[in-house]
Amino acid sequence: MKKIMNSPDTLVAEAVEGLVISFPQYLKQVPGTHVLTRVHPKPTGRVGIVSGGGSGHEPAHAGFVGYGMLDAAVAGEVFTSPTPDQILEGVKAANHGAGVLMVVKNYTGDVMNFDIARELAEAQGISTATVVVNDDVAVENSSFTTGRRGIAGTIFVHKIAGALAEQGASLAEVEAAANNVIAHVRSMGLALEPCTVPEAGAPTFTLADDEIEMGVGIHGEPGIERQKMRPAHELAAALLDKISGDLPLKSGDHLACIVNGLGATPLLELAGLAREVSMWTQSHGMTLDIVWTGEFMTSLDMAGASLTLLPVDKSLTGLLQAPCDTPALRQGVAHD
Amino acid sequence: MTNADFRQLWLCFGQAAAQNKEELNRLDAAIGDADHGTNMDRGMQKVAEQLTSSPPPTLQAACKMVAMTLLSTVGGASGALWGSGLLAASKVFPDMDSCDDKTLAAALQAFVSSIQQRGKAVAGDKTMLDVFLPATAELSQEVDHAPAASVIPPIAAKAKLWAEGTAPLLAKRGRAAYLGPRSIGHIDPGATSSALWWDCLGQVMGASK
Repeated sequence: MKKIMNSPDTLVAEAVEGLVISFPQYLKQVPGTHVLTRVHPKPTGRVGIVSGGGSGHEPAHAGFVGYGMLDAAVAGEVFTSPTPDQILEGVKAANHGAGVLMVVKNYTGDVMNFDIARELAEAQGISTATVVVNDDVAVENSSFTTGRRGIAGTIFVHKIAGALAEQGASLAEVEAAANNVIAHVRSMGLALEPCTVPEAGAPTFTLADDEIEMGVGIHGEPGIERQKMRPAHELAAALLDKISGDLPLKSGDHLACIVNGLGATPLLELAGLAREVSMWTQSHGMTLDIVWTGEFMTSLDMAGASLTLLPVDKSLTGLLQAPCDTPALRQGVAHD
Repeated sequence: MTNADFRQLWLCFGQAAAQNKEELNRLDAAIGDADHGTNMDRGMQKVAEQLTSSPPPTLQAACKMVAMTLLSTVGGASGALWGSGLLAASKVFPDMDSCDDKTLAAALQAFVSSIQQRGKAVAGDKTMLDVFLPATAELSQEVDHAPAASVIPPIAAKAKLWAEGTAPLLAKRGRAAYLGPRSIGHIDPGATSSALWWDCLGQVMGASK
């Protein structure tokens, strides 16, 4: 294992400091925590939005703290949910008197720790709501199990909830909009190479030169099936067919898409994949209104990508295109 | 159980977590994300540090201290579950230096109920409960007839087998559940660390005879 770090024990703490050093115009640290919050807070009376989870998914979530998206992000250890006391600090920092929405990815640990934090926040008189993102179609949904994982679709939830909160919507309205996105956003990913957790020091699984792991999550866990490597258009179709069948999508639909790199995939390949998504939607009679291509929700140094689709109407497109200004996503900036 | 026994239990578990850190990570790598040993060890070293530097005066205070420390240092599902469980148990322990056997059994029962409530897992889901459920059930039954000091060591001796018994199970909760049938054949790391805890409880209670 080769990683640019001093020690696995201190990597997260040092990275949190490094994010503040890198983006001082956006981020400040709640002292003594791994909570990053806006340098310029929202006005009083607007709903706050907090997200968080294990580290290793950068730019999620601290990269999306700023105008139009999150108010605070809570970083746990690598691939480990943050603790309730830290989440509570995030909620307190995000609270501007109109309540706080917690956007949680559907993992057992995250759901439980955010749940405990919500109990602590309510005990302090902060009204909160929780939404749980579960966009990964690789995992079967069942009320008897943990259910689907939350992956890159979470970023669309951040954006839409964030835009509404900025407009002055109530906590109930922001929560309902977030749940509406969650009900319709779908993602799926594949890995070309596994990732190496700094503490563990070895890759989480091994793949032969001609193999891919289909249906991976974002924690280096194995996916649902080992498959043969094949050209970009076939890989895109495999992911999109599964997503499309799950929703289901139909001819005439308008879509927003995230072409997400998992950490070690060149933008060149992601751009090629974006083109395949466009070809696929055209051939299915659908219109691709918005495409975000890049790294949004990574899995350390995993090579691979995930695709996210969200059927959109004018109102959702408007919220996705609304201005935002964060370290990892800036759009709608006025210029001549 | 005395406050000194309780402290000894957690110091023992701290050592076990440190010694088995790599093994727990290895088990977790197969069906999770390879950090169960690291997370438990981080929390337990903090617990050991606190118990040594500022020993809480009563069983209740000690249990609460361990709960809050694990809740704020372990993270992930394990931190939330051990923390919630111990917080529930601390409400059963008396604010005194020791408790009788029935109170100890009741505290363990509260621990397990709280974990069931928080994690929504049941027996056979391939989780820490596959060790804690049979162990506390046996303890609750037998503590009416014999002292905990003689009842607990034989239960603790079975904990490892219960943990190993999770291997053929299909994971239904936690990150291993995403693997579906591919989770079969691997021992659950949470059940394994729970068995280490029972081993320590067995040692401490056996020595208290």
